[in-house]
Amino acid sequence: MIDLSKYRDPKIIKRIVEDLQHWDKPLKIMEVCGSHTMAIGHWGIRKMLPKNISLISGPGCPVCVTPSSLIDELINLKNVTIATFGDVLRVPGKDETLEHARARGLDVRIVYSPLEALEIAKDKETIFVGIGFETTIPGIAQTILMAKQQKLHNFSVLPAFKLVPPALEALLSEEEIKLDGFLLPGHVSVIIGAEAYMLLPEKYGIGGVVSGFEPLDILTAIKIITEQVKNNKPAIVNEYNRVVNFVGNKNAQNVIDKVLKTEDALWRGIGWIPDSGLGIRKEFEEFDASKKYNITLTDETGNTGCRCTDVLKGKIIPPECPLFEKVCNPANPIGPCMVSSEGSCAAYYKYER
Amino acid sequence: MCLAIPAKIVEKDGEKGIVNLGGVKKEIMFTFTPEAEIGDWVIMHTGFALNIISEEDANETLKLFEEMAMLEDD
Repeated sequence: MIDLSKYRDPKIIKRIVEDLQHWDKPLKIMEVCGSHTMAIGHWGIRKMLPKNISLISGPGCPVCVTPSSLIDELINLKNVTIATFGDVLRVPGKDETLEHARARGLDVRIVYSPLEALEIAKDKETIFVGIGFETTIPGIAQTILMAKQQKLHNFSVLPAFKLVPPALEALLSEEEIKLDGFLLPGHVSVIIGAEAYMLLPEKYGIGGVVSGFEPLDILTAIKIITEQVKNNKPAIVNEYNRVVNFVGNKNAQNVIDKVLKTEDALWRGIGWIPDSGLGIRKEFEEFDASKKYNITLTDETGNTGCRCTDVLKGKIIPPECPLFEKVCNPANPIGPCMVSSEGSCAAYYKYER
Repeated sequence: MCLAIPAKIVEKDGEKGIVNLGGVKKEIMFTFTPEAEIGDWVIMHTGFALNIISEEDANETLKLFEEMAMLEDD
């Protein structure tokens, strides 16, 4: 098996970090994925970099970009079991969270895999909360296929799927954010492949590195981006090739394509982004909770003073939000970026204070 | 949420199997990696094997680290 200590080799880390100290221009790199935000905090990468190299967090936390109206819609459902990944439980809706609603008697179950929701549906009418990026989507699509094969009419999925490349494009078309490169998500790319990002250098003149989550993965990716900027040669590089290949996982892509279809999606605080989500195809309509329960999502973020939406777009870093640490913390989160352990605010609270 | 972890395959029967996840045995589906074999390491997420981990490519990445550490910024 792969010897992880080699990905944490202090001697090589030191050489790359020392070398990066010579970088003398401002450089802004966005880490798209919440797991990278966590890894950067965990390994103390920000503190290793010179002040002019900044890492800013992007929209890569699926729970954070889900409109809060989804929570309100779920809470209003009657006589149905809600199966969800644990992250979703504490996301505030307009009045309460699913956790509060569960305390009042709503049947909410935390599952590790969508397949567990299928088991629950053998006894009870069950709705699975379909939140996730490309990493998570194939497993949920496969679960819908299995529900159809097993004629499990008690089962449905509320599709709130999001796609990463269209969101990056939407970000790049906003003029306020000037980026020099992307740290591209490792496990999203297992499914879609490094080729999914070719548009970034071709259309927007900005490069990126698909990176793993070990300190040398991340530092090497940053070093590659500095080389690209220095030579003015933006490109997509796959540093995480032990897991990611250029074209992605075709089997997973085929399952997605069989069950789901591209559609516009509502991103919390960002708004509608064309072709950035997936809905359930007509052939599988009976498993589509948005049809079964007539659920439509609206972008109502309320007026709490929470600046999660600016954090998601990389406009501010969490400590610049007036609520951060003062009234908003992991025990009492005001916005979703503090709820999910991979949200930028939660990561900053844990590692960067 | 996109956290995926390496796990070693200890049993495989068609599309289903068991992996060893740091000493804990967990059920897994090989829907997306039908070519995986017992003894392979896979990257696992929500009960599915997303890909087989390539040891050869892992060694290539280690070489990349060395190269990057050698590059002098001028």
